[in-house]
Amino acid sequence: MTERYLREPFTGDKVKDFRAGDRVYITGTVYTARDAAHKRITEMIAREEKPPFEIENSIIYYVGPTPARPGRPIGSAGPTTSYRMDAYAPELLDRGQLMMIGKGLRSEEVRESTVKNGAVYCCAIGGAAALMARCIKEAEVIAFEDLGAEAVRKLQVENLPVTVVIDTQGNNLYETGREEYLRSLKD
Amino acid sequence: MKILNVKEIENAVRKLCTDTNYILGNDVRECIHSCRLRETWPVAEDVLASIEENIEIAAEGEYPLCQDTGMACVFLEIGQGVVIEGGSAEDAVNRGVRAAYEEAYLRKSIVADPLRRVNTGDNTPAAIYWELVPGNNVKITVAPKGFGSENMSRIAMLPPSAGEEGVKDFVVETSRKAGANPCPPIVVGVGIGGNFDKAALMAKKALLRPLDRSSEDEYYRDMEEELLERINSLGIGPQGFGGRTTALKVNVLAAPTHIAGLPVAVNINCHVCRHGEVIL
Repeated sequence: MTERYLREPFTGDKVKDFRAGDRVYITGTVYTARDAAHKRITEMIAREEKPPFEIENSIIYYVGPTPARPGRPIGSAGPTTSYRMDAYAPELLDRGQLMMIGKGLRSEEVRESTVKNGAVYCCAIGGAAALMARCIKEAEVIAFEDLGAEAVRKLQVENLPVTVVIDTQGNNLYETGREEYLRSLKD
Repeated sequence: MKILNVKEIENAVRKLCTDTNYILGNDVRECIHSCRLRETWPVAEDVLASIEENIEIAAEGEYPLCQDTGMACVFLEIGQGVVIEGGSAEDAVNRGVRAAYEEAYLRKSIVADPLRRVNTGDNTPAAIYWELVPGNNVKITVAPKGFGSENMSRIAMLPPSAGEEGVKDFVVETSRKAGANPCPPIVVGVGIGGNFDKAALMAKKALLRPLDRSSEDEYYRDMEEELLERINSLGIGPQGFGGRTTALKVNVLAAPTHIAGLPVAVNINCHVCRHGEVIL
């Protein structure tokens, strides 16, 4: 398993050699958005309004955290299931989104769009939300406050651990990981 | 006869909602640990190590195990000799849920209507299941249920001719289709027989059985073991990155059914298999 460190400024150049299965530690600005926020962001774009953050070269983390305790930036913050964002992701990738962080399977359309745009899809460990929370140093709601846990937050993360699942060449860890493991049993 | 005030129900639900969201049961912890020791695939072992670390951090009481602190599923077995006083028992359950989700910093994940989707803001109403049983006790079980895994659950009304193989294939196929989505390693609850709704309820109740216990019926105990083996031969592994540990346990419940039917329901839980109980 190759370990990589990704720091701001985030650019396509820095992720183009990431391969499915690599472990990446992210440090910098990450935005949160789930289904409801994705719907609103794409509707804003359709109305030619400015989205709540610059989509180009952005990292979007699919997460709806638990409420922050006093003195803490955020509560538990593990990934939510990504396929619910499949309907919206290609449009954001076309606008230059660099990385999606979530968990679980994606549609073929999202995979193709990821490759076409030189982006990557990474997964955080589902259900390891307390572990992830400790990597989040700052959090600020910047849009859609009425959505509560689903509001868009601007996070400052430090060495947030994720695994590359779909890379810029279209390799998919959910296929290759399973195949390689099963092959290892036959050897 | 015993008199029980609803306040006791409220307090029990309140405490169980909080405890289950921070402290994972020993049965689940031990199962995850023994699966980790059996893993030969490095990536899988690594994921299970992170999951164990997460359990330790959550137990400190500051961060819940998962950000999806679930829909509160509350099971109440009411002894026939118990008189409940002090108001509505259903309201008491919801007051307990409301208090816990607020004071324990749990996420409020319930929308008031499935299509209009406005959050109720306090994680109520709970999914409440009542059962009348002999005796003078009230047993309350709380199982916060995340929807990443709930969404991967399925039900089928098989023809009786499908038999044991048809049932087993449906369970394995449901686990395979779910893939990485329900945060494997998963716990698989299976309900066989009854009718459409009873099969689903049995599948959910099967998830409440501790992971170190198997079916008391030898026939179904063998089926549980065979299903676990088949699911763990799929290669999906922890988080779907490949490996042996796709499932921690398969729990099966069965009930009498109609001569024309063979219902089978599969309710999937993630590795954060939260449940706690108390007897009042």
